[in-house]
Amino acid sequence: MPTLDLALSSLRDLNGALQTHTDGSNDTAFEVLNPRGQHAVAVGVNAPVTIDVRGSVGYYCGGMNQQARITVHGSAGPGVGENMMSGTVTVRGDASQYAGATGRGGLLVIDGNASSRCGISMKGIDIVVRGNVGHMSAFMAQAGNLVVLGNAGEALGDSIYEARLFVRGDVTSLGADCIEKDMRPEHHEALARLLDDAGITGVATTEFRRYGSARRLYTFNIDNADAY
Amino acid sequence: MSYRTPPTTPRKSATFDDYTLSEIRRAAATGIYDIRGGGAKRRLPHFDDLLFLGASMSRYPLEGYREKCATNVVLGTRHAKTPIELKIPITIAGMSFGSLSANAKEALGRGATLSGTSTTTGDGGMTNEERQHSQLLVYQYLPSRYGMNPDDLRRADAIEVVVGQGAKPGGGGMLLGQKISDRVAEMRTLPKGIDQRSACRHPDWTGPDDLEIKILELREITGWEKPIYVKIGSSRPYYDVALAVKAGADVVVVDGMQGGTAATQEVFIEHVGIPTLGCIRPAVKALQDLGLHRKVQLIVSGGIRSGADVAKALALGADAVSIGTAALVAIGDNDPQYEAEYQQLGTTAGAYDDWHEGRDPAGITTQDPVLSQRLDPARAGRLLANYLKVMTLEAQTIARACGHNHVHNLEPEDLCALTIEAAAMAHVPLAGTTWIPGTGGC
Repeated sequence: MPTLDLALSSLRDLNGALQTHTDGSNDTAFEVLNPRGQHAVAVGVNAPVTIDVRGSVGYYCGGMNQQARITVHGSAGPGVGENMMSGTVTVRGDASQYAGATGRGGLLVIDGNASSRCGISMKGIDIVVRGNVGHMSAFMAQAGNLVVLGNAGEALGDSIYEARLFVRGDVTSLGADCIEKDMRPEHHEALARLLDDAGITGVATTEFRRYGSARRLYTFNIDNADAY
Repeated sequence: MSYRTPPTTPRKSATFDDYTLSEIRRAAATGIYDIRGGGAKRRLPHFDDLLFLGASMSRYPLEGYREKCATNVVLGTRHAKTPIELKIPITIAGMSFGSLSANAKEALGRGATLSGTSTTTGDGGMTNEERQHSQLLVYQYLPSRYGMNPDDLRRADAIEVVVGQGAKPGGGGMLLGQKISDRVAEMRTLPKGIDQRSACRHPDWTGPDDLEIKILELREITGWEKPIYVKIGSSRPYYDVALAVKAGADVVVVDGMQGGTAATQEVFIEHVGIPTLGCIRPAVKALQDLGLHRKVQLIVSGGIRSGADVAKALALGADAVSIGTAALVAIGDNDPQYEAEYQQLGTTAGAYDDWHEGRDPAGITTQDPVLSQRLDPARAGRLLANYLKVMTLEAQTIARACGHNHVHNLEPEDLCALTIEAAAMAHVPLAGTTWIPGTGGC
């Protein structure tokens, strides 16, 4: 397993090595040492490799990920897994704001809590948070699933489009045009798959409530002006 | 003998003019603000208020047809491994597929490529047609991130982080349901037919310190190859440019309030931001104060119409200009040949600005498949190339007349102003005087 030590080499060397991985290479598992809160660790990777980051990272770890399975054995700064397309990003600790922002695919798992605006403008990504999420999470969320095993802060799903939100705990408040919806069989099935993908066991899908768009703000109507 | 009091001529209020009265009636009837495309329509201090002095006793001119006057410009020399090299200092501004038809985007790419310059995507992602027909394509990185993906980032020639635009500094994009076709909806991951209102600020960073980290991430994803532009709307150009440079920009784009938009509130277009003329000198001063003028390139946009405007912007210190509205006019927007149809839409050629409704007779600001077919992208591309050629020749003509062998050698000393306002904004003397009002600050 190649080991890349950020105490000894530059961020460019690290990302360059991860981004130039070619099909057929035997080196499919990388270990990153001493991240020490550096930003943009393991961004723009486009290969089915495993990357274990031993420590906490700064902004945008795993940004725009394609195919790679990235695990942060620590906490992550803002924008972890931003705009990821596929693959998996797992944070063993907590995540700061904007986790999974604008993500278009793949799975982001946060074992701890996520701060505000988790899943902002998400466009197809699946996000599973074992702890709580902060305010304005899933703001303008367009597609994908946000699963929260803990509580959600204020204005969950404000101005949401077609993303699906599953929350097991309390929701402080719902944002504009976000409403609670029925959990139909297909939602239980989808949620069970998401929990399984995230490696979460012993939690029943019946413990969750589903939230989504009321679709009242999809077309501009002056009578809805007070909603903003 | 009867005496009749002489009648006075009916007088309309300058404050409550015909347009204002009609807008009050429209607002009263609908209860909703007016939405339109384009930039500020009000009279503003502009390049028309500046004149070149030309050569005389103290300077000698260059021969118009014998001595060279170069127009090339290199953008992105600060950090990028692969700067962009343009033959002319005029680029095509960002306009989205969605707001424009696919044929219009293709035409812009064709025209820019024929002219050796770049075109720019917009708030809707990159289309294959656009990439295929644009030799140099700048990929916009916007708050909405519609269609954003690393593959398109890698196949772009430069990346433009859009903080704002001149028509609406502080505002997000708007694309109403009439234009959210199946293809547009798919590219933006939105339901078809909704009124799309983009976010006004980026979802994963706020402020210049965050932007510095965001730019680091974009450079890491693209191997430090692409020039990274930062586009700002005209607001506080001195500080905004300085902060964009601090954040790591290779190129700063400053868009004045005459710069167009696909759609936003009329009140936003006309009342937020400052004129293009007022942006340039503060932007240049910010770069000079940092010792980075000509090292971080400055692109100016908003109301550029002719080679004279290009030359004036460059003389004030810009490295290049960008055109949007003028490029659309060149390929057929508001063409009088469609006057009868403009009349049916309640307007007239030259005034049509309901671009958000998607019924453009010229087939440019529409997603209607029938209307879109009216625009032949190959022919429209040639029209744009012709127009860019004329602008370039005009700018060269002026530069030679001022004695310069490169358009970048034009300087403020070549200019004077016709009005006190223009003199103050452009920091050049009022014609016939040595007076530059407002030189106490920037």
